[in-house]
Amino acid sequence: MRALVACVKICYEGTTRGNHHTMDEATIAVELQGVTKRFGDVVAVDNIDLTITDGEFFSLLGPSGCGKTTTLRMIAGLELPTRGSLSIHGEEMGLRPPNRRPVNTVFQSYALFPHMNVRANIGFGLEMRKVVRDERSDLIDWAIDLVEMGGMGHRKPGQLSGGQQQRVALARALVNRPEVLLLDEPLGALDLKLRQQMQIELKNLQREVGITFVYVTHDQEEAVTMSDRIGVMHEGRLLQIDTPEAIYERPTTRFVADFIGRTNFLEATVASGDEIVLANGDRLRVSTGHADGTTIAVTVRPERLTVHNRDHAPDGRHRLDGIVDSVVYLGNAVIYSVSIDWMHLEVRCPASLAGERRGPGDEVTVSFDAGHTSVVVG
Amino acid sequence: MPAVATQGLEHQAERAKSRQGFLLGLPAIVYLLVFFVIPLGIVIAYSFATRTRSGRTELNDWNVEAYRRLGEDVVRAVAFRSLWIAVLTTVVCLVLAYPLAYFISTRSPAVRNMMLVGVMIPFWSNFLIRTYAWRVLLDSDGLFTQMVSAVGLGDGRILFTSNAVILGLVYGYLPFMVLPLYASIERIDWSLVEGARDLYASGWMAFRRVVWPLSRPGVIAGSILVFVPSFGAFVTPAILGGNKKGLMGSYIVDQFLDARNGPLGASLSVVVLGVMLVGTLIYFRQGGRTL
Ligand SMILES: Nc1ncnc2c1ncn2[C@@H]1O[C@H](COP(=O)(O)OP(=O)(O)OP(=O)(O)O)[C@@H](O)[C@H]1O
Ligand SMILES: [Mg+2]
Repeated sequence: MRALVACVKICYEGTTRGNHHTMDEATIAVELQGVTKRFGDVVAVDNIDLTITDGEFFSLLGPSGCGKTTTLRMIAGLELPTRGSLSIHGEEMGLRPPNRRPVNTVFQSYALFPHMNVRANIGFGLEMRKVVRDERSDLIDWAIDLVEMGGMGHRKPGQLSGGQQQRVALARALVNRPEVLLLDEPLGALDLKLRQQMQIELKNLQREVGITFVYVTHDQEEAVTMSDRIGVMHEGRLLQIDTPEAIYERPTTRFVADFIGRTNFLEATVASGDEIVLANGDRLRVSTGHADGTTIAVTVRPERLTVHNRDHAPDGRHRLDGIVDSVVYLGNAVIYSVSIDWMHLEVRCPASLAGERRGPGDEVTVSFDAGHTSVVVG
Repeated sequence: MPAVATQGLEHQAERAKSRQGFLLGLPAIVYLLVFFVIPLGIVIAYSFATRTRSGRTELNDWNVEAYRRLGEDVVRAVAFRSLWIAVLTTVVCLVLAYPLAYFISTRSPAVRNMMLVGVMIPFWSNFLIRTYAWRVLLDSDGLFTQMVSAVGLGDGRILFTSNAVILGLVYGYLPFMVLPLYASIERIDWSLVEGARDLYASGWMAFRRVVWPLSRPGVIAGSILVFVPSFGAFVTPAILGGNKKGLMGSYIVDQFLDARNGPLGASLSVVVLGVMLVGTLIYFRQGGRTL
C-alpha cells in the first residue's frame, strides 16, 4: 500500500489542478451558501453554509435522515438545491449536470455496473472522457494495484465480496483524479475489522494524494479519527463545524454534545454576563455570551469529573456532593454513577488514578474545573 | 434404529406428496394429451404421409416428399415473406414499446399500475373483433384513411397490403413487447445511472452503456414473444392482408382446405412449430428467467 501511495502522489503531481485558479479560490474546494433542499414538504437540507478547503478531509456526521446524503448529492449534481448557491473551486455550479463537475462519488450502495467486469467498471469514467486505450489501461492497472485487487480485474461485481466491491468503487472514483472525492458511508457495509483497516488506508491515501475528501458517516468514532474537520448535522441543519477535538471538547449545542461521546448535562440559567446558576442554586463562573435569564445547560464529559471522599475535594474546582449509585469496572477505567440532589452524574476514572474503590451508597464529592465545561443551548 | 425409521417416513411422505401432485394435475394432463400431444402427433404423422391423386392423405406410405417440397420457390417465397413481416413487426414493436416501457417504469407506482392496465385493456375484447375493427378504420372511407390523407401523408389506402398486416400485427402484439421491457427496465437500479452520470457519462451515454444493456433480457423476451406469433399469424393477414400474397399461416390453411395437400400443410406446420420452439427455448434461456 505504501509504495502505491507514492505512486499516486506522482500521478497527481502530473496534473494541472489549481493552475487555473487564483490563489484565493484555490484554497476553497467546495462552498455552499444558504443551501436548502426540499422534497415536497420535507426539508432535507435547511439553509446550510459550508466552506471546505482544498486538501481537507471533511466529514458530514449525523444520525440517519439528517440530510447528509442529500448534501453530498447536491455537490455531485445529482440533486439541485431548492435555494442557495454551490461552487467548486470558485466556479458556480448552478444547473451544471454531474458529468461536467470535477467531482466523483463513492456511493453508499457502490453502484457498480453489474454487467461490466472490474476493469470496465474502473475504466468507465476514463472511457467517457475519451482517454486513449493505452493510457486508460495503464491507469486501470494503477488503480487496481492501489486498492489491492490484482488478479480480479475480470470478475464481475457479483463475484466480489462487500469489501472488494467497496475497493472497486473507490478505485473507480480515484482513477479519474477528481478535485473533490465524495464518499457516502463507503465503509458502512464492512465488518468492524475491515472497516478499521480501510479507515487507516483511506486516511493515508487522502493525506498522500491531497485530494479533498467529503466523507459522509453516521459513525462518530469514524468521523473523529479520520477527519480534519467535522460538520455535525441534525434535521437538515449544520449545527457545528469544527475540528474533532473542538467538537468533542467545546460542543455548542446539546445535540452535538450528546451525539459525540458520552456527557453530563447540568441545567442552569444565566445570572449575569459570566456567572450562571445551576439548578441547585450553585453559582459557577463561565462566560456564556447569552442574555441574562437564558436557560442553558453546562456539559461536562465523564472523564473531566473526579470523585473524592466527602469534603476532600481540592480548592479551585467546582464541587457537588452526592452518593454513589453504581460502579462499573471496565478494566482500563471505572465508571461511577453518582446521584446528586437533582440528577445523576456519570464519572469516568482511569483505572490507574482510581485510587481506593468506592461502592454504592458511599458519600462522595464530585468536582470539575469550570474550564472543562461547555455551555450549550437547546 | 430411529434414523432408519425417520428415513422411511420421509420417503413415504414424499411418495404420498408426488401421488397427490399427480392426481391434482390429472385433469390438465388429460387435457394436454387430448388437445395438444395427440393432435401434434397427427400433424407430424401427416407430414410424412403421401397425398393421393384425389387429395386424400394416405397414412401407410411414409416418405419425406412433403419436406422436399419446402424447397420449392413458391413455398420459399411464402416463408421469406412471413419472415420479413415478422421481423418488421418485431422491430416496429420494439421502437414503439421501448420509450413507452421506459416512460411507464419511471412513473410513480400508482401511475405505473394505471398505465400497465391501459396497456392490457385491448386483451379484454376478442382479437378477431379488434382486427375487424381495423378493417373498418382502414376502409377507403375509414377514419384512418381519411386522417392520413387529411394530414397529407399520401392517400392512406393500405388495406389489403403488407403494411396493413404489419399495422395489425403491431397493434395486436405491442403489449407482448411492452410488458417484458417494462419488467426489465423497472428492475434497473437507478443509482447505476447516477453512477454513470457521476463518471462523466452524458444522459445518452448512460442510457447506451447502462440502461440498454441491463434491459436486454426484456428486449430479447419481448422480441421473441412478438416474432413467434407474427411468423405464424393467420387471422391478421387473412382479414387485413386480403390474402393477396400468402403468408405462412394462410398458406398452411390453404394446403389443408383448398389444395387438399395435407402432407405439405403438415410439414409447413412442423417448420413453424420448430421456429416457435427455438424461439421459446431462447426466451427461457435468456429473458424468460427475468420475467
Ligand atoms: N428523493 C427524496 N424524496 C423525498 N424525500 C427524500 C428524498 N431523499 C431524501 N429524502 C428525505 O430527506 C431527508 C434526508 O435524507 P438523506 O438521505 O439526506 O439522509 P441521510 O442523512 O443520508 O441519512 P442516512 O444516514 O440514513 O443515509 C430524509 O428525511 C429523507 O426521507
Ligand atoms: Mg445517506
